[in-house]
Amino acid sequence: MPLTETPAVEARDLRRTFRTRQGALRPTRRTVEAVRGVSFEIAPGELFGLLGPNGAGKTTTIKMLITLLIPTSGSASVLGRDVVGDVREVRRRIGYVFGGDRGLYERLSGLDNLRYFSELYGVPPREQKERIGSLLELVGLTGREGERVEGYSRGMRQRLHIARGLLHDPDVFFLDEPSIGIDPVGARELRATIAGLREQGKTVLLTTHYMFEADELCDRIAVIRSGEIVAEGTPTQLKQLVSAGRVLEVETYGVSDDAVEVARGTGGVRSVVVEDRGQLQVLVVSCEPGAEVTQHVLAGLDGTRVGRVSHRDPTLEDAYVELVTR
Amino acid sequence: MRQQVVCFWLQLKILLFSPFEGFLAVVFPLMFATAALLVYQVNGDPAAMLYAGIGAAAMGIWTSQTVSATTLVQRERRAGTLELVVAAPTPFSLVLLPITFAMAAIGLYSVVATILWDWWLFDIALQVENWPLFVLSILMAAVTIALFGFLLSVSAVRYRTSWALGAALEYPGWLLCGFVVPLDLLPAVLRPVSWLLAPTWAVEGMRAAAAGESPWGDLAICAAVGLAYAALAAWLGVRLITSARRDATLALT
Ligand SMILES: Nc1ncnc2c1ncn2[C@@H]1O[C@H](COP(=O)(O)OP(=O)(O)O)[C@@H](O)[C@H]1O
Ligand SMILES: [Mg+2]
Repeated sequence: MPLTETPAVEARDLRRTFRTRQGALRPTRRTVEAVRGVSFEIAPGELFGLLGPNGAGKTTTIKMLITLLIPTSGSASVLGRDVVGDVREVRRRIGYVFGGDRGLYERLSGLDNLRYFSELYGVPPREQKERIGSLLELVGLTGREGERVEGYSRGMRQRLHIARGLLHDPDVFFLDEPSIGIDPVGARELRATIAGLREQGKTVLLTTHYMFEADELCDRIAVIRSGEIVAEGTPTQLKQLVSAGRVLEVETYGVSDDAVEVARGTGGVRSVVVEDRGQLQVLVVSCEPGAEVTQHVLAGLDGTRVGRVSHRDPTLEDAYVELVTR
Repeated sequence: MRQQVVCFWLQLKILLFSPFEGFLAVVFPLMFATAALLVYQVNGDPAAMLYAGIGAAAMGIWTSQTVSATTLVQRERRAGTLELVVAAPTPFSLVLLPITFAMAAIGLYSVVATILWDWWLFDIALQVENWPLFVLSILMAAVTIALFGFLLSVSAVRYRTSWALGAALEYPGWLLCGFVVPLDLLPAVLRPVSWLLAPTWAVEGMRAAAAGESPWGDLAICAAVGLAYAALAAWLGVRLITSARRDATLALT
């Protein structure tokens, strides 16, 4: 891809703060810095993932890009158009879909929902029918479009949402946690649909907090934590951040905070995370290459009931966990 | 234009499909009319009954509009569709307009229902001298009240609590617009407020047409006030959306 090409999406030092009020009688004002200086570029045709835990600022970033929120500072452009100065044109050329089951007219049929938004997006009347038909086909809702949305399952709603977002054939497509609350089979179909969009040459910005989803779909990933991008690269590059090393997993029954601190303080240990797996609490210790930490960590667990101890190679998930908990 | 018609039709579908609200929309106006007429019946004066009958008919539109216009944006917000329609390239005023007109259509139904109800239950056959002008006045009442609702609903985009304003306006509106009580009975300070409310003029027009007088003067003022609402709403719409984008109130419920 030539470097001179205008990026499909460009964010330059985006910031957004929210003011919230708490308490009814004596309101205290609090400022939340949701996004703190986010910059990235997405090339045309690229599938870019914004990966981060809940509350990291993914939705806020997307909403600034799709003109629903005005940035507190910084700037952004979509297809070379400024998202604050050129709102109409940006809106015309982007599609937006968010996860969850809101955002549809429950009392209308799926078809009527699509007709309504076709009108709002100025899809020419002559093309509407065909367009809606082919989108229903794409998302697998053909035959169910006459039913009211009230009776749709979560997966069907999500697919209807995607059809809605594609009505006007946008060049850039924003997907905010589309797989939230969908069963594994539905989520797999959804990923296939998203992958299909890239085949069509659309630029896609996908946010998710599922590691594997980003790994499977994205050309490039930016990991966002507390409103800041902490790492960016292809899935392979991100894996390399931790691949030089090993992961030690220790199963315990009720580990104390002190023991975790001891493990953290051990030389050669990069990070320690405690994962709950049923009754077990698993200490996931990621270590520097060549470091021999097992003895130390186990010594620190003196007095704790310890189960299986194992070593493995790090995964992208470890990279992610390390990045967002550091 | 086509867009407005299609959106109007789909929004009307939404309103008609809501069983509970639909029931209220059918029954409430009739209850109001009944109450008003029972009060007036005590006097046994047929002229007063006619006066109340016409006013009660308009009351139904007012009630269905002011309350529902502000809850309308709140409804879109709760359904999560507010952000989606704002993010569409169509200006937001053009999104709201067909919705308010769909509500006006419901209001229009309530006028007809009330007139029939009055006739059937109280035997008030409306003595209307000039039917075409009377119908025109009713339409004007429906449209201008819809525009007033439009103005209220625009404000609800930014101010989440403005639905309370709509609810609060319901009963004062009955008095201020002179639906069931002659305006002359209001304190003088309140009269200018009545003049700012377009339905006042539409109801005057309805009465004038019924009495065989010329309603044109009233209707002209009514149209002017209605257009002023529309202009104000369109202007406010742009500003309030911008302000909602700045203060992040589109997504909150
Ligand atoms: N409208 C709002 N008003 C106040 N705070 C908000 C608002 N929207 C988001 N936030 C706060 O901003 C932070 C980032 O939220 P969000 O962008 O939704 O995160 P994510 O989508 O990554 O889960 C959170 O702390 C959230 O509470
Ligand atoms: Mg989010």
